[in-house]
Amino acid sequence: MISAERLEKLRALERTIASKKGIGAVYGLAKGLSVTLRTMLTPATTQQYPHVKPDLPPRTRGIIALKEENCTVCMLCSRECPDWCIYIDSHKEKVPPKTPGARARTRNMLDRFAIDYALCMYCGICVEVCPFDALFWSPHFEYSTDDITELTHEMPTLGEWMKLVPPPPALDDGAEDPKELAAQAKDYGGGAE
Amino acid sequence: MIFNELFANPWIVLVFKVVAVLLVFLTAPMVVGYAEHKGLAHMQSRLGPMEAGKFHGWAQLIADGVKFIQKEDIIPAAADRKVFSVAPIVALVPTILVFLVLPFGPGPGDNPANGIWGENFDLGLFFVLAISAIGVIGMLMAGWSSANKFALIGAIRGAAQLIAYELPLVLAASAVAMQAGTISLVGIVEAQDSYWFVIPQFAGFALFLLASLAELSRPPFDMPIADSEIIFGHMTEYTGVRFAMFLLAEYAGIVALSAVATVLYLGGWHGLLIPFIPAPIWTLGKVGLLAFFIIWLRATYPRLREDQLQKMAWKYLIPIALVNILLTMIFKVAF
Repeated sequence: MISAERLEKLRALERTIASKKGIGAVYGLAKGLSVTLRTMLTPATTQQYPHVKPDLPPRTRGIIALKEENCTVCMLCSRECPDWCIYIDSHKEKVPPKTPGARARTRNMLDRFAIDYALCMYCGICVEVCPFDALFWSPHFEYSTDDITELTHEMPTLGEWMKLVPPPPALDDGAEDPKELAAQAKDYGGGAE
Repeated sequence: MIFNELFANPWIVLVFKVVAVLLVFLTAPMVVGYAEHKGLAHMQSRLGPMEAGKFHGWAQLIADGVKFIQKEDIIPAAADRKVFSVAPIVALVPTILVFLVLPFGPGPGDNPANGIWGENFDLGLFFVLAISAIGVIGMLMAGWSSANKFALIGAIRGAAQLIAYELPLVLAASAVAMQAGTISLVGIVEAQDSYWFVIPQFAGFALFLLASLAELSRPPFDMPIADSEIIFGHMTEYTGVRFAMFLLAEYAGIVALSAVATVLYLGGWHGLLIPFIPAPIWTLGKVGLLAFFIIWLRATYPRLREDQLQKMAWKYLIPIALVNILLTMIFKVAF
């Protein structure tokens, strides 16, 4: 334990330093020098980008990727897009009935899904609004081009970028199971584990 | 030996000395400039130049030089063309002349006539202080002839700063001269054979360093070029090679004043503890250390306000310098 007398002395020293007069000023100047020197002796935080790939966080909003098989052509994304940069073309197809004699079903087939990144403002509303998890943020960011028209990217490219989307970060210890797993457990009566 | 015969001819010696001084003048500021690039960067947790010359950007300043030469040499329409073109040279030449008298090491066999220096003037210290003050005339010329209010304000600030800080600089240096009993730079180094003058003259050393920072208008005393207030002071209108000359003068000034401080206070070429390091390396090492200190201060302290700068010189530094001289005088007479 520090004695009361010593504590009082330390307090007085603190007050002098805070007053920035006399010894306090010298202390402040010396402290500044020590800060810059210590920063110099610790490694720099710069990432040498073109030589070394940057160390990006998993949720980096680099570009929007498409998981084609999840898309149902509901058009929500293209309607919510503030600058109308999503192009979707589709047609209807008849699906033969599951049981003989039943009515044939129709379903939407996706023909074209394109995003014009010259217009896109990376708001992410399309990713938010997609009810079927077809759109994802990918950390990919090196897609500059010489021509503005080349910034409209079609389905195959958007699908390529899907491979760059990292798996979602693991849940914390003791967290509840994600609702998909819980639903599965209910359907089949099995445990999530 | 052919070497001795060659050096018996005074003209050959003269040419050799001029070339050597110019070489030091052109390389040393480059080294300090590079050290500043890298040092400042690392003090701000950056890497600084990394590309030019592959290895840690060692050729950055050479690349900068090439860039400056390529740039268009613009002279403003309203400028006083002649004065505008001559100003950078006036700022640069005095710094070269300072390099002429800086002693880097003793001659072979401690021959006092032939050391590693351009010239050994009996008036060395006087010469250095007088000549280094001429640079500000270049600054004033540049500011006045640019026909730009920011340039003019910068130049006037520079002149005011020189007047204020020349006094503590000269007073601190004269205390050293008093203690050494000579104003020859070589003589002052030789007088520090037993102990360095930084010990008895510590206050003088601090004054000298502060005042030389202000002389060079280096941060935290860079009001003449304060870029957040007056763009770039007297250099506002300069481009290309002329601008590079001002920069070269600044970095050469750092080397020159570090070297003068080394000679006056840090024992010049006299080593400490480690005996086998040659004398010129000692000098260069000390100069490098002081130059690093100057860079370090730039990374650490914000710029003072113009009035704070003047107040500091007139109210604190000059009285301290006078007391320092008085004490030196008393000790010199008493002991």
